[in-house]
Amino acid sequence: MNPVIECHGLTLKNGDLTRLDALDLTVKEGEVLALLGHNGAGKTTTMKLILGLLSPSAGSLSVLGGAPDGPHAETLRRRLGYLPENVSFYEQLSGREVLTYFARLKRVDRRQVDMLLERVGLIEAAGRRVKTYSKGMRQRLGLAQALLGDPRLLLLDEPTTGLDPAATRDFYETVRELRERGCTVLLSSHVLPGVEPYIDRALILGAGRQLALGSLEELRAEASLPLTVKARGSWPGTDWSNGWDETRVTARHLNGHALEFDVHPSAKMAVLRRLADAPGVEDIDVMPPTLEHLYAHFSAPVASLPSPSLHASRGAS
Amino acid sequence: MNTALIVARKEFQDGLRNRWVLAIALILAALAVGIAWFGAAASGGMGFTSLATTVVSLSTLAVFLIPLIALLLAYDAVVGEQESGTLLLLLTYPLSRTSLLLGKFLGHGLILGAATALGFGIAGVVIALGAEGVDIAQLAASMGLLILSSVLLGWVFIAFAYLISVWVTEKARAAGLALGVWFLFVLVFDLGLLALLVSVQGGGDWLPWLLLLNPTDGFRLINMVGFDTSQAYTGVTAIAQDSAFHLGWLVLVLLGWIMAPLGLAILRFRHHSA
Repeated sequence: MNPVIECHGLTLKNGDLTRLDALDLTVKEGEVLALLGHNGAGKTTTMKLILGLLSPSAGSLSVLGGAPDGPHAETLRRRLGYLPENVSFYEQLSGREVLTYFARLKRVDRRQVDMLLERVGLIEAAGRRVKTYSKGMRQRLGLAQALLGDPRLLLLDEPTTGLDPAATRDFYETVRELRERGCTVLLSSHVLPGVEPYIDRALILGAGRQLALGSLEELRAEASLPLTVKARGSWPGTDWSNGWDETRVTARHLNGHALEFDVHPSAKMAVLRRLADAPGVEDIDVMPPTLEHLYAHFSAPVASLPSPSLHASRGAS
Repeated sequence: MNTALIVARKEFQDGLRNRWVLAIALILAALAVGIAWFGAAASGGMGFTSLATTVVSLSTLAVFLIPLIALLLAYDAVVGEQESGTLLLLLTYPLSRTSLLLGKFLGHGLILGAATALGFGIAGVVIALGAEGVDIAQLAASMGLLILSSVLLGWVFIAFAYLISVWVTEKARAAGLALGVWFLFVLVFDLGLLALLVSVQGGGDWLPWLLLLNPTDGFRLINMVGFDTSQAYTGVTAIAQDSAFHLGWLVLVLLGWIMAPLGLAILRFRHHSA
């Protein structure tokens, strides 16, 4: 199967400013890839390159079998959907009119318009002007717009900003459905909680450079961050702080009935065995590092470096 | 349907929706009827005087208003969408930048065309009904020419507006530049030409050709053709009275004035970063 997106040494320079530095990435069909990074890390730049809105300074990029900024763009753009960050629409038009206009431009059957409005839960507000829409409603209209014409590739830039938790979950469910239908999804986010179950891989960017790329398991293995193990019960007189390999396990008594360990992955089973054998322990919780921890871990070295330019990164991100 | 036509249709519907068409038509009609009736007030008369005077007065009105309306209508065509963020989305659709700009031009051109035809058309009908001793055929021909040339003039300034709109990155700056363009072509150019005319002693056969450097003078010349008595009212274009600019050539010049800025705008827009 041909990769949907393939790039080697993809670089974009803007004068002295390097927006994206030698990115190597291959995205397979039906994959959900999260682009993570601070503002100005290169997430939006990567998306704009894939959309063909920007042309690379160096390196190669192929999207659905061709360079997105050449003659291939016309065919490519009928098969991809894009939801920009802070999406905005024609304020005087109604939601339905906006979507109808975009459907015409994409040469999509007009019947899809009401279907999509229904799907994103805007069918009741379809006749109202976009001016009266809330941030969440605009975001949902933006998603409907991106879904026009059953795209093979979806690029979603900060799709869940402004959505309440229920709407965020609905949104991720839509992403899951799309993936099941073979649609490739790239989504950038800095709202991390909740996204883990829905993504296959994550690409962590910092200051235009690739900091890490892989599935959650791969990233966890690479980072080898400590797990958190919590135990509850009663153990009069036992001091759990002793008896461990101190480089791998740190134990803390929270109170008489609760314990917390920071455990290196290689010592996980040792800790669990000892806890399981102790008669007073009633409950054990094992918490692997979350995507948030991983993100903090991988992006930490960059955060301390001087950022390329705060002002420039605002427009660049 | 061609993508340019889809864009044109949306622009035109926007023009109907926000009542641009209606507003322009009403303003033009009201002013035109007013001028037709009170045009002779300066010489103590009242009521409709002669067709020649009326048409020349109307063309003077059009020279001031039409460019202003066209610039106002179109100055934010690109920069406005860029500022509101819809341009970014539009550019990810299967739609070339050339089609986008041509579509917008078609839509805005149609808005201006419909409004001008409606406005001056109403005025023409009112004159035909209200004035005595008017040759209807001649009136229709003159008004028709006035409407056609006004539309061309409007398109010239829509093209200028696009050129401004793709060049700048702020709506406010585009508005300022649009006003500057209006000032330059409608007021300053003729003043400069007048000064030149006064300072050049003898010769100066080339002076009338300078008129072609200004689309508004081209427009005035079109509407002078066929009226012998009109030179007195047409200001600086009177210097062209001896050199007969042919109507067809003048129309071609105006078409050139549409193509040049529009072509430049398209070229610039194609290298526009998103």
